[in-house]
Amino acid sequence: MALNAEESGRFAAVLTDGAEKVTQRWTEAVAGSLRGRLSQAELRRQIEELHRALLTVGEQGPLDLDAEHAAELRAVLGELSRDRARQGFSATETAISVFALKDVLLEVLEARGGEGTLRDYVAFSGLIDQMGLFTFESYVRTRESLIADQAEQLLELSTPVVKLWEGVVAVPLVGTLDSARAQVVMERLLQTLVDTSSPYAIIDITGVPAVDTQVAQHILKTVVAARLMGADCIISGIRPQIAQTIVALGIEFGDIATKASLADALRHVLRLTGVETARRPRRES
Amino acid sequence: MERVPILKIGDILLVSIQVDMSDQTALQLQEDLAERIVATGSHGVIIDITALDIVDSFVGRMLSTIASISKVLDAETVVVGMRPAVAITLVELGLSLNGIRTALNVERGMELIAAARADDLGHSDGVDDAGDTDVETTASP
Repeated sequence: MALNAEESGRFAAVLTDGAEKVTQRWTEAVAGSLRGRLSQAELRRQIEELHRALLTVGEQGPLDLDAEHAAELRAVLGELSRDRARQGFSATETAISVFALKDVLLEVLEARGGEGTLRDYVAFSGLIDQMGLFTFESYVRTRESLIADQAEQLLELSTPVVKLWEGVVAVPLVGTLDSARAQVVMERLLQTLVDTSSPYAIIDITGVPAVDTQVAQHILKTVVAARLMGADCIISGIRPQIAQTIVALGIEFGDIATKASLADALRHVLRLTGVETARRPRRES
Repeated sequence: MERVPILKIGDILLVSIQVDMSDQTALQLQEDLAERIVATGSHGVIIDITALDIVDSFVGRMLSTIASISKVLDAETVVVGMRPAVAITLVELGLSLNGIRTALNVERGMELIAAARADDLGHSDGVDDAGDTDVETTASP
């Protein structure tokens, strides 16, 4: 797909002849597809940068996207795709920024006429295709890294450990509990137990949509690990359907205390630590 | 050969393991500890494993043995300061250190031993021997 020296020369000539007109037409073609979501000036700047990078590579040697001297062109293309991906443009809208050059080339070549126009156009077209594919790949890479970042942030967000009382911490679990999350929850909880030297932890599963044997296994492991470190765990927030599922699946929580609500769990812990709750005096009075 | 020091704090013996345990060190520790419990008449042993990065089945068995020995000599054993990573590894390995009491840190361990001791006295010798009531009875006449 790389252009040979002669073709590169002609390609550079096409781009240089009326450079102003080429970038103008190119910008117009792209702007049409982006429907005004990017400012004309910004787009113009990007196109001119791309145009300049293409010319620089053309001057330095045969036009080939994989060549060493094309590093700048690749950088410009990569930058363009990253910007588009971050701004939420689709893959088509990103690739069209490059493919629009084809229309412009066709216009210019037609105007020039002469021998070998078609052959040149096909060769140039090949190069532009290559550039388009490169754009697409950069776009996908950026999107993938965005998704990975978001997944990580979600993991961070979804596993807070809160201090409920002196010596009592709670983990409100929200969402499906898979192995990766269970691991994060376990590590976070155990570390908090050490940091705050809390002998009691409440695991609240109100926000867990379903409890199967695997989820139960994860919770049990966390409880056993906490016990090894010298802290006791209470499981709370078991909804009626979940209780039925647990029994139906034959999951045994053994001697681990389970409570229906977080309030019950806290009251249970406070009673164990000997803290008087306000409930009893009020009832007496 | 490295020896693990045994410190006496009040009624409690504190063993802080700072070195990698070998067979020899473990045996020596068991021997030393048994002797010290008898010599001092201590009723509690705290084993601090804060410094241990790795607790394998060998160390686990050593802890169990020490707990059993102490139990025979009427001393309560508490393992304190286990790191989260160690706890997770033990759970993944399926080692649950049955019969060993644990606490988060030395302070909690001492509280645990004091509570267990109070319970023990309360059950075996009647309420009169427990610390608080003891003071009252001597104070009242």
